[in-house]
Amino acid sequence: MVEYVMGFYNYWICVVLLMIGFYAMISKKNLIKKLIGLHIFQTAVMLFFISTSVKRGATVPVAFHRQGELLQAIEVQQFMNPLPHVLILTAIVVMISTTGVALAVLLLIYRRYKSLEENEILRSIR
Amino acid sequence: MNDPQLQATVLIVVIPLMISYAIPLLGWRWRESGYYVAQSAIGASLVCALILLHGVLTQGTIHYHLGGWFPPWGIEYVIDPLNGFIAVVVCATGFLVTLFSKESVEKELPDKKTRFYTIYLLLFTGLMGIVVTGDLFNLFVFLEIASLAAYALIAIGKDDAPLASFNYIIMGTIGAIFYLLGVGYLYIITGSLNIADLSKLLPPLYESKVVLIAMAFFAIGLAIKIGLFPLHGWLPDAYTYAPSPVSSFIAPLMTKVGCYVMIRIIFTVFKPYFSIESIPVTEILSWIAAAGMIMGSIFAIAQSDFKKMLSFSIVAQTGYIVLGIGLANRTALTGSLLHILNEALTIGVLFSVAGAIVYKLGTSNIYQFGNLHKKMPFTMAAFLVGAFSMVGTPPTCGFFSKLYLILGAIEAKQWVFVAVILVSTLLNVIYFFKVVEIVYFKPRELATEKEKEILKVVYANGGSYKENTRELDLLGRNEAPLSMLIPIFIMAAGIVLAGIFYFDIITGVIQHAIPSGI
Repeated sequence: MVEYVMGFYNYWICVVLLMIGFYAMISKKNLIKKLIGLHIFQTAVMLFFISTSVKRGATVPVAFHRQGELLQAIEVQQFMNPLPHVLILTAIVVMISTTGVALAVLLLIYRRYKSLEENEILRSIR
Repeated sequence: MNDPQLQATVLIVVIPLMISYAIPLLGWRWRESGYYVAQSAIGASLVCALILLHGVLTQGTIHYHLGGWFPPWGIEYVIDPLNGFIAVVVCATGFLVTLFSKESVEKELPDKKTRFYTIYLLLFTGLMGIVVTGDLFNLFVFLEIASLAAYALIAIGKDDAPLASFNYIIMGTIGAIFYLLGVGYLYIITGSLNIADLSKLLPPLYESKVVLIAMAFFAIGLAIKIGLFPLHGWLPDAYTYAPSPVSSFIAPLMTKVGCYVMIRIIFTVFKPYFSIESIPVTEILSWIAAAGMIMGSIFAIAQSDFKKMLSFSIVAQTGYIVLGIGLANRTALTGSLLHILNEALTIGVLFSVAGAIVYKLGTSNIYQFGNLHKKMPFTMAAFLVGAFSMVGTPPTCGFFSKLYLILGAIEAKQWVFVAVILVSTLLNVIYFFKVVEIVYFKPRELATEKEKEILKVVYANGGSYKENTRELDLLGRNEAPLSMLIPIFIMAAGIVLAGIFYFDIITGVIQHAIPSGI
């Protein structure tokens, strides 16, 4: 059991982070805390993707070329999978933009209601 | 590579994307240019979409490899009859709604025109990208482009718009991340992100739990994105408080494109027999959709705000489309696709009518609509067409899509859903005819001072109120500007024409668009 948990510890951490983020998003009353939860939630997925690219004893995926020919035959086991990294680079851009838009919206909310506490805002609407 | 269809496949996304960045530059020099540039970009996409639909129906599926990288490694844009059809629906509705938006933006966001159209076009780019891409991760990126633009556009509205937008950000991101997790699971087990490739690689792996979990993540993530009933919390507020040009653009298109993605995932990425038999995802979806159809309509009855009522009605209408997906037979899916066309036009008309009313009246409270047909006869006529289509009265397209859904439910021997469709239709009648009653049959009040003065003169000369109603009507008339009326009328005409030619649409396009294996 211990081995099962330890062997996949990065995935377990990913699950824990996902749950922390999810909890913060649905139960916190402060809107900034919700945003932080959102951020943790997204980061967890990135950890998940990066974990899938890792192989034991593998190195950076750079193949050496000379004038268009490979210098050595590529052994797949020697290199990490570069594709998840590329995907996550894109996902990071998406995440930054989401955070940016969310912060701008929070600014609008603060200017309109003078508060970022959900309870206070809902009270002022009624 | 000189084939116009191949060019159109990529131009349909690239034109609006590039031009959206040109708008701020042009707007810096010419303040009024934003609208014209955005309109022509969407028009260009519409032309591309028509070329593509024609090409795909005559010559079969079109593949475009971005950057010359071949499919399993590179990103591929694929046009088959299904997304060719959706692309035309989205482009045509988008074009007409943009035509409508000019005056509305002028009035509601006078100092933000340039920035508004920049984000507006980005939203359109996102929607187009979702429709044409053949790569699951690329689809996620476009989904986020569209969603981010939608968050920003909704937040510029009045009242509680920023709060609604923030709720949408939280819910929308949860949906997107669930979708991304699903993509991750499929990538782990197959090592591919290409939709066509996945549908070949997955069948031997259907026993695996990883695939089952991926399917669960996809279903929930997309259900949040399209606002399916128990997860619809963000939708009504967001669509209600958004400025009217925004809500009339987002409301007809966002959820429909989401439904398209759902069809893609359930029936193309996974084979239909997996979705129907291995895990009962379609059955669960049908029950949820049925609940949504009833509950959405009940919520809609309780609303006093016209836009909010329409938003809840979208929740119900999304239920119809998803029910067609869930029943998973040819007839029901035909109904579903026809309903996507019908919905895009109908919701477009109704939200545009709401926009025109807000433009003239300054409010969207139903109880202030008394006698509106005297003030805005043409707008209200278009509203009637939209309402009839929503309820499903014969000459309009709404009747035929519901007919096919009912036939599909009968074919699947799911009598409960037949009853649910009929009950939901009755509920539709209740909330639309509440509005019709207030607009057309409420006793007349003489609101303006001018009318009262004229009436005084009429009485002084021994005339009666009744003889002079026509004159008073003309005086009280306060119709929306022509640039709003024309697109509303084209869409209303589209609803009726789609109803009259429903059989041609089905045999010509939809029949080919249904994924194989159903």
